[in-house]
Amino acid sequence: MEIPVLECRNLSISYYTRQGEVPAVVDFNLRLMPGEAHGIVGESGCGKSTVALAIMNYMGRNGAIVGGEILFEGRDMRTMSAEELRQIRGAKIAMVYQEPMASLNPSMKIAEQLAEVPMYHEGIGEAEALRRAEKMLVQVRLPDPQRIMNSYPHQISGGQQQRVVIAMALLSNPRLLLLDEPTTALDVTVEAGIVDLIKEIARTTGTSLIYISHNLGLILETCTRLTVMYSGEAVESGDIHAVFDEMRHPYTRGLFNSIPLPGADKNSRPLVAIRGQLPLPHARPAGCYFAPRCDHFAAGVCDHRPLPMRAVAEGASHAVRCARFAEIDWAAATLPHTPREKVLAGELVLSVEELTKHYTVESSGAFLVGARRTVKANEQISFAAREAETVAIVGESGCGKSTFAKVLMGLEDATSGRVQLGDLDLANLPVQSRNERTIARLQMIFQNPFDTLNPSHTVGAQISRVIRKFGVERDPEKVEARLNQLLDIIKLPREFAHRRPRQLSGGQKQRIGIARAFAGDPKVVIADEPVSALDVSVQAAVTGLLMDIQRDNRTTLLFISHDLSVVRYLADRVVVMYLGRIMEKGSTEEIFAPPYHPYTEALLAAVPIADTSVRKRRIVLSGEIPSPSNPPKGCPFNTRCLYMMAGTCDAIPPPQREFAAGHVIACHLPRETLLAMEPVISIAPA
Amino acid sequence: MLKLIASRLLQMLLIMVVVSLLLFLIFDSDKFKKQIAVAELGGFAVSALSEQDYEAWLEKKGLNVAFYERYAKWASGVAHGNLGRSFEKNEPVLSLVAERLTNTGILAFWVFALMIPLSLGLGIVAGMKEGSKRDRVVSFVAVFTTSLPEIATAIIVTVVFALGLRWVPANSSMVNGWDWRQLVLPVMTLVLYDFGYVARMTRASMAEVMTSQYIRTAVLKGLPYRRVIMRHALRNALIAPFTIIVLQLNWLLSGVVVVEVFFQYAGFGKLLLDAALFGDVYVIQAATLVAVCVAVVSQIISDVGYTLLNPRIRFG
Ligand code: SF4
Ligand code: SF4
Repeated sequence: MEIPVLECRNLSISYYTRQGEVPAVVDFNLRLMPGEAHGIVGESGCGKSTVALAIMNYMGRNGAIVGGEILFEGRDMRTMSAEELRQIRGAKIAMVYQEPMASLNPSMKIAEQLAEVPMYHEGIGEAEALRRAEKMLVQVRLPDPQRIMNSYPHQISGGQQQRVVIAMALLSNPRLLLLDEPTTALDVTVEAGIVDLIKEIARTTGTSLIYISHNLGLILETCTRLTVMYSGEAVESGDIHAVFDEMRHPYTRGLFNSIPLPGADKNSRPLVAIRGQLPLPHARPAGCYFAPRCDHFAAGVCDHRPLPMRAVAEGASHAVRCARFAEIDWAAATLPHTPREKVLAGELVLSVEELTKHYTVESSGAFLVGARRTVKANEQISFAAREAETVAIVGESGCGKSTFAKVLMGLEDATSGRVQLGDLDLANLPVQSRNERTIARLQMIFQNPFDTLNPSHTVGAQISRVIRKFGVERDPEKVEARLNQLLDIIKLPREFAHRRPRQLSGGQKQRIGIARAFAGDPKVVIADEPVSALDVSVQAAVTGLLMDIQRDNRTTLLFISHDLSVVRYLADRVVVMYLGRIMEKGSTEEIFAPPYHPYTEALLAAVPIADTSVRKRRIVLSGEIPSPSNPPKGCPFNTRCLYMMAGTCDAIPPPQREFAAGHVIACHLPRETLLAMEPVISIAPA
Repeated sequence: MLKLIASRLLQMLLIMVVVSLLLFLIFDSDKFKKQIAVAELGGFAVSALSEQDYEAWLEKKGLNVAFYERYAKWASGVAHGNLGRSFEKNEPVLSLVAERLTNTGILAFWVFALMIPLSLGLGIVAGMKEGSKRDRVVSFVAVFTTSLPEIATAIIVTVVFALGLRWVPANSSMVNGWDWRQLVLPVMTLVLYDFGYVARMTRASMAEVMTSQYIRTAVLKGLPYRRVIMRHALRNALIAPFTIIVLQLNWLLSGVVVVEVFFQYAGFGKLLLDAALFGDVYVIQAATLVAVCVAVVSQIISDVGYTLLNPRIRFG
């Protein structure tokens, strides 16, 4: 019989803190055969990264394996000496980390960081090691490997750094590659390139993979088997298709219901969030850890242990940790839909015309006097938003979406152009000279609720202040009433008014952020990546809430995001930006169906989708996003575009082609070519 | 970078002008003039002096002209390399300051020569494994020696090594010519006082580096521990202590008054103190200029060094 590359048997890992022993992972089992790719998926705090570090036997001073064993090629790693471990690390088991920049040594050149791997593991000479390193950089498809070898980590982009880390991991042909959220810090089109590379590695080298991610779509793209973790234990595991198509654990089901898959729609098939929140490790319930959040909880069955993993059928490799999986009627348990009416958009509320924002930055060379450069953060942005409408602004880093939000808020002056809110031109009205009413009419929800709440005041006081300041209510009793009403709307208990921000979870803070933004009855709310810092199940709850309030108040929502799945789910209209310019704009249906702008097409193809019935066309962009301080001439997308026509695209700015009223694509491609594009996403008949 | 250095130097000139003006203004008061007279002629003689004779004395010393005239004269002298004469010692200030600076320089050299390896070594050993026994011992010693005031350390080492064990002399005035044995106690006192601070900074910096993700990467690459420490950790960990060490130059110039006076060591700090007590304005001026100069230059060295050590800034 073939020996598994890695086997975890009843593995338990604890951390020792001042409060005592905190079990981080309990009773974890995994069997990884040669050439297999196994995904571990779960939300933050579920213990998935702890498993990876335990496999590497690197748990810091206060972590320890308290039970079970980890066998690497049949040998128990816990009994290995430090020297034996060293010989395995980096040679037979290699790891790729979430933050490529932080995982590379800032003061060593890439060449040395790569070359030392074979030098120390195989004892080869430096010249030979450098040659191998450079060859590996070519294999991970880095352009100009010579230059990269001679660079320090901060001199190359995030995507390139991650390729370097992958090259480093592959240099000594490992038997097992651990990938811990390898693309979470990267833009989607860059992520797509890395995922493509990882798949190729798995195919060509026969290396086994463990891919850790919170993103079910990525796991589906890269793995053949998966384990779903919740609160420190595996709750479901099996073949990827079995789990994705016939999930048998209420938590897995809940996860799938809360991510926006192509079929979801805010009106006909709204997302369903998992209620409640993850229990803290020392406050886990006695029986099933998921019990307080589970719709199928049954007293007497679910509230005691042991609760082992059980195969769903005799001999099946698909197993779940649920006492009632066999009794639950899974077909009936699908989504309790409550379809809602589509909201009709009203009057024009906000119109932006040819808005341009340039910065000058001084680039400081080492010993030279800095040269001035212009960053064109926004170039001639035009669009309009109506009452009760959601307009999404989509793009990757450097596309200028956050600068745009700042200009709207009056935190930055526009270089030229007009922003009309009602009858007011805001383009050059800095926030200091806006009156209270204007500020109240335009509010913002930030990505990171932690940064915008004052840690020393109760959240109630902070919201009340906004209510008074914007003159919604002045009378203390009425302020209080309004505060309570807001807390009810954001579905937090009224006692929460007395809490301070640090006593709240991330999702609760973001709810407070929403309450504060809506406290002054705004006409327009700008939400800058409001849910991207939150876990998926919480994301669904927060987006749902945001949409409910917007619907009730007929607010205009500008939703700034990099996540096309969320955008497709909740936006009415979409503006796609790249390097400060609008590439395409139109209604959501128009954006997600041909004709596409070539960038939109690539963006759509890059988003991983957690649905086995979805088929995507493979479009992988090469290269990186250029710097906005030095954008390419002509069409800004020409350095990566697969349709790029030399002589035209790299010289002349593309024309705006209108395909339907309001659907505009900025591209040189002839109309017919654009119209002839195939859909990127298709749903295979089941 | 050049721009930075230039602006720092300009800043230095400005400080020099302002400080020297201020000092002149302070020492121009009648009280200080009288004090010089008392110090030179004796208290009794001065009180017996008639108004006229006092005026004559002032004239002889060049103290009777308006202060801005004196300042202008002094400033142009400085520009030509003439720092004036000391009232107290009746010597050219230049040679006096130069001699004392050399003495302090020798002291500083030995303090650095011992303190740098000691504190960096201990700091690194401690920071390598935060919370280990070694770390706790080093941290305790470092806190202890630093928290003792210099004067207490000076007394302790004198009692133990000079009076008790009689290994070295207690007095470092070197009246009978240069003697390295007289240097031992002042150096020891300063090293004891200072190494703890630098060692703790080094420890903190090293401990931070050891928890960084790139050290984790280095360990999980399977590099030998030695290589992880020597090649991956050290360079990054030494950036912060380097700047601190350079800034210690400053402290060694003027912060060592207590030690120099205690051991009667004829150094720069003692010169400054004597001059201040005497009201020896030209010496004070010259010493202040030197101190400002050293402060700014060490700041520049530390900035430039920081940039050179840190590729992230070097190739920004
Ligand atoms: S064991 Fe009970 S509470 Fe736990 S997931 Fe299954 S049905 Fe829900
Ligand atoms: S204009 Fe040219 S480079 Fe730009 S998107 Fe169209 S085809 Fe591509």
